[in-house]
Amino acid sequence: MMTRVLTLLAALLVLAMPAAAQTGGPLRIEITEGVIEPLPFANPDFVAENAAAAELARQIARVVSEDLTGTGLFREIPSSAFISQITSFNSPVQFSDWRAINAQALISGAVSVGGDGSVAVKFRLYDVFAGQELGDGLQFNGTQAGWRRIAHKVADAVYSRITGEGGYFDSRVVYVAETGPKDDRRKRLAIMDYDGANVQYLTDSNSIVLAPRFSPTGDRILYTSYESGFPRIYVMDVASVGRRALPTLEGDMSFAPRFAPDGNTVVYSLTTGGNTDIYRMDINSGAATRLTSTPSIETAPSFSPDGSRIVFESDRSGTQQLYIMGANGGEPQRISFGQGRYGTPVWSPRGDLIAFTKQSKGRFHIGVMRTDGSEERLLTASFLDEGPTWSPNGRVIMFTRETQGESGAASLYSVDISGRNLKQIRTEGGASDPAWSPLQR
Amino acid sequence: MTHNNNGAPIMTLFTRGILLASVLALAACTNPDRFDSAGAGGAGGAGGAGGIGAPGSASDPRSPLYFQQTIGDRVLFQVDQSSITPQYQTVLDGQAQWLMTNTDYVAIIEGHADEQGTREYNLALGARRANAVQEYLVSRGVAPSRLRVISYGKERPIELCSDEACYSQNRRAVTVISAGLSS
Repeated sequence: MMTRVLTLLAALLVLAMPAAAQTGGPLRIEITEGVIEPLPFANPDFVAENAAAAELARQIARVVSEDLTGTGLFREIPSSAFISQITSFNSPVQFSDWRAINAQALISGAVSVGGDGSVAVKFRLYDVFAGQELGDGLQFNGTQAGWRRIAHKVADAVYSRITGEGGYFDSRVVYVAETGPKDDRRKRLAIMDYDGANVQYLTDSNSIVLAPRFSPTGDRILYTSYESGFPRIYVMDVASVGRRALPTLEGDMSFAPRFAPDGNTVVYSLTTGGNTDIYRMDINSGAATRLTSTPSIETAPSFSPDGSRIVFESDRSGTQQLYIMGANGGEPQRISFGQGRYGTPVWSPRGDLIAFTKQSKGRFHIGVMRTDGSEERLLTASFLDEGPTWSPNGRVIMFTRETQGESGAASLYSVDISGRNLKQIRTEGGASDPAWSPLQR
Repeated sequence: MTHNNNGAPIMTLFTRGILLASVLALAACTNPDRFDSAGAGGAGGAGGAGGIGAPGSASDPRSPLYFQQTIGDRVLFQVDQSSITPQYQTVLDGQAQWLMTNTDYVAIIEGHADEQGTREYNLALGARRANAVQEYLVSRGVAPSRLRVISYGKERPIELCSDEACYSQNRRAVTVISAGLSS
């Protein structure tokens, strides 16, 4: 249903833009080096175009602002500082009033609610100091229930125009919701918006569930569950919450499933006779192929975005390290050589980096390295950080952080790949094993 | 199990028993040839044991409770290791002897890891440990068809502190006895 809620009209609301504005003016954040000084922007409450839109107009503007400030790249100027107000979507903007409060970007928007409950949101983004629009005005149509998605779409467009990167706000996260004490922890699969809103539970808490992953189109989830009594891989349809177990032999244990970019192939770990290796399976036929064949532990596989290679962890050298092999197996190449142990590699959606968990000197870190193992950078450090997952645009990593001791609990954090903007994601209770969806359509 | 009075660990064992009962019931659904759904600690048909103790009680050498408490149901492991030290080889010799004497029972060997590791690696490590116990028991004559392994990785710690005193207890493989096919 969610995928049908929103249709992008891409309506041109204004006359043709000056060419200079279309190619990008001075308003630009280069985020490759990490941003020290966030860009100040003004985002007045959107204009309610009819009475039914009054509350939504305010809420949508707030979510747009939260998305932008949540990146650490933007700073919102409080409305108390405003000299001008935006009272009409089509009135000319008094740029001098916004320059006076040093708003480099200005967002103006308007919301109308139709008699059938449909919602239309228009917005414009202004480069205040250039005195012109940045990009074209856009309109998004959706439903009242889906208003947060519309807000995320607006914020994605603003983020994208100013940074030149793809957005990531209109995305979801599947994770494991946790309750109960450490020795009787209850786990169930849950899905939420990237910012923690709209939580939906997908399984009950009768069986342990672990490490879910989205399909490339976000419509299915692979995960491991003990519901049969033994760890086994399931595939769930997100819309219907229907699930089925992937075929496995009696007595074997299967876990750590991830989709290939084709959406039909699953790569996973299978344990037989105490030995864990990596296999791939055609999800439709159930035909499985063994990709590694060693007495060591091989697990946590992750496909490259082009589907040609698989990064995984192995303790064949004596400790957990990262290796890359072809999509059909073959001799792997070790890529991690630093001090400590490396696990849970995840290939970035841009293809350029691999995120991982590192254990060194009794601490856990989330880090990134290039695909040849060079330029390793550790982004976090704590008692226990693990299991990175990439934002759809490859700029942010979400992961599990667990506190120590008898009352230790897990929660979700995110961090920019520059190592900045570490923050906890709001969840109702404990949470672990996040997996970020692709950008929704 | 109520007659034990040494606190938390026993509560934990009790909890494990309950969990095992559901595991076995489910296992029975998928493999009726090897495990029935009589549940843990059923001790059905154990009969008298020559007046040594009440049937089914911890003092009855034929009871799963005796196996658990007197013989010892678990093996502990060093960090990242799955090899069985001589101390625990003795425990496993006792387990093997018991299993060969009490042929009505089957066992699930549960492998575990401490929290100092990534989730999926620990699942594989727990499987390695459970398998090491299984192989040892088979080498001592227990029929492989009576043994099944499962790994919980770091999902089911019994000791909760975050230091070696607890970790050493959590790096374990526990042999959980249940009634098998009725003889």
